[in-house]
Amino acid sequence: MSGAPRLPPAARSIVAGDRRALARAITAVENGDPAARPVVRALYPRTGHVPVIGLTGPLGVGKSSLLSALIGRLRAAGRSVGAIAVDPSSPFSGGSVLGDRIRLERRADDDGVYFRSMASRGEAGGISAATREVARLLEAAGFSLIFVETVGSGQVDVAIREVATTSVVVLVPHLGDEVQTLKAGLFEIADVFDVNKSDLPGAERAARDLSELASLGRSADGWSPRIVRTSTTAPMGLDELWAAIEAHERFLDDSGARATGERRRLAHEIAERVRERVGRDVVGRLQRDRELRDLLDRVAARGIDPASAADRLYRDRYRAR
Amino acid sequence: MVRRTKTGPIRVLIAKPGLDGHDRGAKVVARALRDAGMEVIYAGLRQTPEEVVRAAVEEDVDLIGLSILSGAHMALFPRILTLLRQEKAQRIPVFAGGIIPDDDARRLKKAGVRAIFGPGTSLEEIVATAQRLARGPA
Repeated sequence: MSGAPRLPPAARSIVAGDRRALARAITAVENGDPAARPVVRALYPRTGHVPVIGLTGPLGVGKSSLLSALIGRLRAAGRSVGAIAVDPSSPFSGGSVLGDRIRLERRADDDGVYFRSMASRGEAGGISAATREVARLLEAAGFSLIFVETVGSGQVDVAIREVATTSVVVLVPHLGDEVQTLKAGLFEIADVFDVNKSDLPGAERAARDLSELASLGRSADGWSPRIVRTSTTAPMGLDELWAAIEAHERFLDDSGARATGERRRLAHEIAERVRERVGRDVVGRLQRDRELRDLLDRVAARGIDPASAADRLYRDRYRAR
Repeated sequence: MVRRTKTGPIRVLIAKPGLDGHDRGAKVVARALRDAGMEVIYAGLRQTPEEVVRAAVEEDVDLIGLSILSGAHMALFPRILTLLRQEKAQRIPVFAGGIIPDDDARRLKKAGVRAIFGPGTSLEEIVATAQRLARGPA
């Protein structure tokens, strides 16, 4: 590799396929450990070329089983696969039970798969920056395709758009009428709808309702979401699901939407990092900084409202002079 | 390898190697560890030693908890310890729970299992031991 800058040893190990080095780097990224920074920085130029497929949807629709089935098919076709499964952290203890490995069926000695469970830690919407960095580590380690599975409710659903190049929203029959789907905002994020458990009655109806909704509008970039039906127990529809994902990936290349989407995600990632830092900084200053403590006192005494206090704080402390 | 300069929540793998299907104990322990703020990767039933070790490496856990009621512990636990050494992951402490006779427990501890909990052990004791093992000298 003449011409390329020399990588730090930890980054070199990851590129060379050392799974322990990769695992440790992922942990460091998750923990916001500054020791991860040189590695992430050195590997970044090598990334951004593989599909990142998001799987999201409500609890219990079969996302983990679907993921396992897709991994099995892709392995059979010779593709190497990295997978990240995100589960919520308890808002009370901060702990979590990450159970997505239970469904994973693969040979334990298969180096073509890397599966990692992640807890959402803190705010659900804030996971996307760390998840993206983990996905990039997996790409740098040589995996040709990355899956990100998230439990879908509110914020996490939307966050998948900031992580994935193709987002699959997984539903099941009888989840509610089509208005529910509109309400949940799923149409803004789904490139592919999958009605899973389609061996159950009502699947055809659910798929038809989704088709009708899909025909009501299209996304800003001109893609109309595909609708597929799958079952991992039957099994059925898995080839169709994969074909729909690939069709969207092809569309991204043909339409030029890949570059604009990546730009949007990167902007979001930078903003998320700044927001996190500034947020922490402000909370700290409101306690330490005498002037800001006074400001907080005045807000507490109903002398000034929180929005006006925020305006003042932003103007005085953060606006470039 | 990235050196640890900042630690996050303790990550622990809970797995049931062997063929018995009694996972209530493992689930109760998983929940107690979660409530103590740990991230519990629950690998579920019928894990082969190879699967346990592969999961432990990929998930970069600080600790492995094994639950077994089938009587196959003398075959499976040493195999897991051997595989951990092969993967250069022998620093991950292993604890176990289930039906394990005292004589076996002594031998397993000598082989490297760091703690063994029999029926009736309090969850407080398991959590405290897990915390101590996970945060012990790296």
